[in-house]
Amino acid sequence: MALPAKKRDDAAALLAAHPAPVGESRWATEAREQAAAWFLETGAPAARDEYWRFTNPATLISAEPPKGEAQPAEEPAIWSDVERIRIVFVDGVFRPDLSDDLAEENLTIEPLSDALSVDIHWARDVFGLLEGRGQAPVPRPLASLNTAVARQGMVIRATGKVSRPVAMRYLHEEDDCDAVIRHVIRVDEGASFTLLENGPAAARFNKCMEVEVADGAEFHHVRSQGREHERRAVTHIFARVGANALFKTFTMTANGRLTRNECVVEMTGDNGSAHIAGCCLGDGSFLHDDTVFITHDAEHCESRQVFKKVLRNGATGVFQGKILVKPGAQKTDGYQISQGLLLDDNSQFLAKPELEIYADDVACSHGSTVGAVDPTALFYLTSRGVPKDAAQDMLVLAFVDEAVQEIADERLADDIRARLQAWMARRRQG
Amino acid sequence: MLKIENLHVKLEEEDKQILKGVNLEVGPGQVHAIMGPNGSGKSTLSYVLSGRDGYEVTEGAAHLDDLDLLGLEPEERAAAGLFLAFQYPVEIPGVSNMIFLRTAVNAQRKARGEAELSAAEFLKEVRTRAKTLNIDAEMLKRPVNVGFSGGEKKRNEILQMAMLEPRMCILDETDSGLDVDAMKLVADGVNALRSEGRSFLVITHYQRLLDHIRPDVVHIMADGRIIKTGGPELALEVENNGYADILAEVA
Repeated sequence: MALPAKKRDDAAALLAAHPAPVGESRWATEAREQAAAWFLETGAPAARDEYWRFTNPATLISAEPPKGEAQPAEEPAIWSDVERIRIVFVDGVFRPDLSDDLAEENLTIEPLSDALSVDIHWARDVFGLLEGRGQAPVPRPLASLNTAVARQGMVIRATGKVSRPVAMRYLHEEDDCDAVIRHVIRVDEGASFTLLENGPAAARFNKCMEVEVADGAEFHHVRSQGREHERRAVTHIFARVGANALFKTFTMTANGRLTRNECVVEMTGDNGSAHIAGCCLGDGSFLHDDTVFITHDAEHCESRQVFKKVLRNGATGVFQGKILVKPGAQKTDGYQISQGLLLDDNSQFLAKPELEIYADDVACSHGSTVGAVDPTALFYLTSRGVPKDAAQDMLVLAFVDEAVQEIADERLADDIRARLQAWMARRRQG
Repeated sequence: MLKIENLHVKLEEEDKQILKGVNLEVGPGQVHAIMGPNGSGKSTLSYVLSGRDGYEVTEGAAHLDDLDLLGLEPEERAAAGLFLAFQYPVEIPGVSNMIFLRTAVNAQRKARGEAELSAAEFLKEVRTRAKTLNIDAEMLKRPVNVGFSGGEKKRNEILQMAMLEPRMCILDETDSGLDVDAMKLVADGVNALRSEGRSFLVITHYQRLLDHIRPDVVHIMADGRIIKTGGPELALEVENNGYADILAEVA
């Protein structure tokens, strides 16, 4: 079927609005050109596309970003008490003056533009490559746009156990800022590394991250997509997980008008684990979409998807999660749960769980539920003297906690819990 | 302490009258028992007094001392000193028993204008109380009632009661699902709380709980009304002859 003209025109307009960098190394330029060609070939996403049925991409693909007012940053910043290497971006631009020294044992951190200008660099085996592998069977056009045009971001390699997490903070100052960020990460054999992210980033934010988790390596990712009413964001994570490796990512989202978080994971080595989790608190004009695709292409791998969405005042939650078990990926253990908690009658939760299995000795389970706060539990708590609002907050926190528990580091999990609690308390104060 | 006058209650969802004029007065420090066959309205009475949704009071009143109970939210009734030990304590996954209990204790203290207990003060208090009820630290840490046995759930109710120190305690079939030893443990917990300023309304099917928690007054409830009131001997009469004789007597 021919590509609708609008999809191609939208893609061309986006590429024109974001000129690709020049003067990079040959391999980087080739990767960018390939991504741009693919983007034009598949076209910008449209509301009729199978994986955009629940989430209208119009504001993500307009050549001009939609209006978005910058709001004061949250203080204190999350993870203030955690020893970390801080990297700050303002309106999508790396600010060394606001960031820590990037030198750290077992870790190299380079700005994207530096790494992509070097002729011989390890990143050539990751940049554009993991994103490209993730384009089939489902195209992810806004990730190919990112590969084609991103100028900002970090290229990070962990060569051993890294003792401090790297914390990326994305500040938003200029109202109608349209930011594109790309990170490229490799965690070497036996190494371990934790990445934290938070902040509203921009009025419109396109962020893509490729993560190569080598054999026996561990990658932990905890993200807090902070409060900003008008924020629109599309993010992609493309991960390849090696043998005996662990890949964990958790995202908490509060507020924002539209958030589409895609996570595409390929399990390529035996005994690997991938845990993808998230929770959101949506209030009012809010759409939050988690689109996950996990491919099992090795034996004895385990994957978990745990998503919890709390929605009120007309907010919408979307979950599209797929587990693909390739022939020969025996003893796969796949688990997927997505649940919506609706705090009123105006909100909705839309879920599309998918399993596609071509191996005969696997255990895959999935579940999806939507419901309201349990009135019996609410009565039980209030009958003990807990005020109704506080009782409801307790039940909401309890609901999302299964997702929060996916965070391995208790300190980081407790910070997420504290932030959730603070957001709920603030909402009640108006 | 508790005064119920001509209380009429129907279900909100359907036009079904459950309570048809209940009159009852429990004095300070007294223990009253309500016995009655299934469907007589005993549990409804306990829910209406504690403020559960789904019931409509069509007539009558209920006061805790001078306080009009029926106009208050459940948490306000709790702060005023009313406590209901549930027949089926609710399991709440994800909420730790300890955090729940501390939130409840401090919310009530706050509502009454008292200073909140610090974490250390609370911990000390709860440990002492839990020990006498044979509740171990592990149980306190677990989510509220999740995976608790029937006996553990009921002991947990009594622990909450002990921590919240209400003046009016309603026990809704606290003996159901308990073996003899568990019942004795629960009854000992209740008896330890008996005092001049604290009253109890014990709802039960069977006389055996009343062997352990000695009532001052026994009421027989049937078809939404209290049809007979007497001393502890009334419970024995039920035990020996069932409800049929009493029902026939008042019919």
